[in-house]
Amino acid sequence: MASRHPHRAKFILLGLGALGLLALSALVGRYPALPGLTPATLRHDPLAQRLVADLRLPRVLAAFLTGAVLAVSGLTMQMVFRNPLVEPGFLGVSQGAAFGAALAILYFSTSPWAIQASAAIFAMLGLALTYALARRLRYGGWILRMVLAGIAVSALFSAGVGLLKYLADPLTQLPEIVFWLLGGLWATRWDNFLVILPPTLIALALLYLSRWRLNLLSLSEEAAFSLGAAPGRERLALLTLSVVATAAVVSLAGMVGWVGLMIPHLARRLFSADARYALPASLLLGGTFTLLCDDIARTLVNGEIPLGILTSLLGAMAFVALLATTPTEGQST
Amino acid sequence: MTSQPAFRVQNLTFGYRGAHQPVLAGLSFEIPQGAVTAILGPNGAGKSTLLHLLLGWHRPQSGQILLHGKPLSAYRRAGLSRAVGLVPQREHVPFAFRVREYLLLGRSPHLGMLAMPNEQDLALVEAALQRLGIVHLADREVASLSGGEHQLVLIARALVQGAPVVLFDEPTAHLDLGNKYRILELLQALVTEGRTVVFTTHDPQAAAPIAEHILLLRQGRLLFAGAPAEALTADRLSALYATSLQVVHLAEHTVVLPTKRPAGGVK
Repeated sequence: MASRHPHRAKFILLGLGALGLLALSALVGRYPALPGLTPATLRHDPLAQRLVADLRLPRVLAAFLTGAVLAVSGLTMQMVFRNPLVEPGFLGVSQGAAFGAALAILYFSTSPWAIQASAAIFAMLGLALTYALARRLRYGGWILRMVLAGIAVSALFSAGVGLLKYLADPLTQLPEIVFWLLGGLWATRWDNFLVILPPTLIALALLYLSRWRLNLLSLSEEAAFSLGAAPGRERLALLTLSVVATAAVVSLAGMVGWVGLMIPHLARRLFSADARYALPASLLLGGTFTLLCDDIARTLVNGEIPLGILTSLLGAMAFVALLATTPTEGQST
Repeated sequence: MTSQPAFRVQNLTFGYRGAHQPVLAGLSFEIPQGAVTAILGPNGAGKSTLLHLLLGWHRPQSGQILLHGKPLSAYRRAGLSRAVGLVPQREHVPFAFRVREYLLLGRSPHLGMLAMPNEQDLALVEAALQRLGIVHLADREVASLSGGEHQLVLIARALVQGAPVVLFDEPTAHLDLGNKYRILELLQALVTEGRTVVFTTHDPQAAAPIAEHILLLRQGRLLFAGAPAEALTADRLSALYATSLQVVHLAEHTVVLPTKRPAGGVK
């Protein structure tokens, strides 16, 4: 940390890479044929213009936003819970969203709107239940109680999802549920993307502004307190921001695994454990990684590979490579 | 020693939620300003709990604690952290912070929730590294430090925090003899620079060389508070540790020994 911006070159590189991929992703696709459009065809082909403007742009932006939110939320939660193995959906949020989506598919409507709304509501309900349960537990400290409550609530919703799958019509509803659970952005249009934009942008902005404070909150409770924090209140505030943003993107994208767990590790390794750098790095790396996965998801085969499969596959492989090549955090001696 | 004490504690009682017995019962004492005070007692006496109460981390069930004449409860969160610092026992850090980043967190009480540290804060970190002679540790990961190095880094963080009163939780408990005396000398130096130092210890040998004021704590009750010469007597220490002890004065040192050699010990 000799100068004030020790990672400036890396950030510029990463930012340019992200912008380049965003632009490229709008052109890449199966129309008119792989590898996609050229700027020249885009200028002359009205169908191509509508395709890019109405379908690809919202999807590309949604993919980037999904990855950015999951990675930033993952980093925030790992630091708030002082546990590098935490991922953003674990407080009942992911399983709550899954249950909400399955419930909508079975009993309300299979319109993307209904599924998204129901998933978002149950994701927040998952968090609320986790928090309420954690307050009633008489065991361990705050962190342990939240983790245990999150596991319990997730398991309850997961059982509910199992039940709904069992009840679903195996020819129509079941494939729909399974496909949603695998995660994907094929249903993204401007309208359902714009709905999640305000809460996610506000949450991301506030988390970004709090990034130095996040370092303080990752210390032990007494140390954070002795350095002027109100650990309980401040952790809950950052946690709520992370969960709101996560619930919003999960309601649109479904279960997109491993981004929120793996990317923060990568960001800490490439930049620093200091969240002043690790948080913006997570944002850029998470967005870029998820966008890349989504590009592959919609171009590799004729149909579409669910995004969650790709992020899990590539994310888990990257995670293993990361852990195999460098010492584990906190145990570098 | 000025007339105004750093802390004035009146009839303090505290118990953890759900516990039947209070951990501390009816404590009244003063902690002088600009001196080293040792809170001495056996394991489980309530020393750390008392330290956490002085820090404001726990709130008394009854009684009150005044810091510089003002109740702790009347301080604002950041204001209290500018007045009292804590050097905890070895702190587990789950992320790979470098020493310099870790020290910078000492500036938190002086910065707002959304503020970032600036060049001045960095300069204070460099000064603390220099002061404690640990510049060579600046880029090491905190988790890779030895016990003695970690203790120095935690003290450096308290210097960066700049609070006039610093509380130490068992600062010498896990250190070898050399590191133990280095740390004790450092505590004394902090007082010469105008700070108030309070530390807990279960070892009278750690309190004897530097403490100017000693509180003897046993099972949540204050047995004695006063000068070392009166506190470190065979009778008081034997009562404190519930074992028969003798105090020997050797050159300028106070040495505490058992009156009997342990049965089966080396002859």
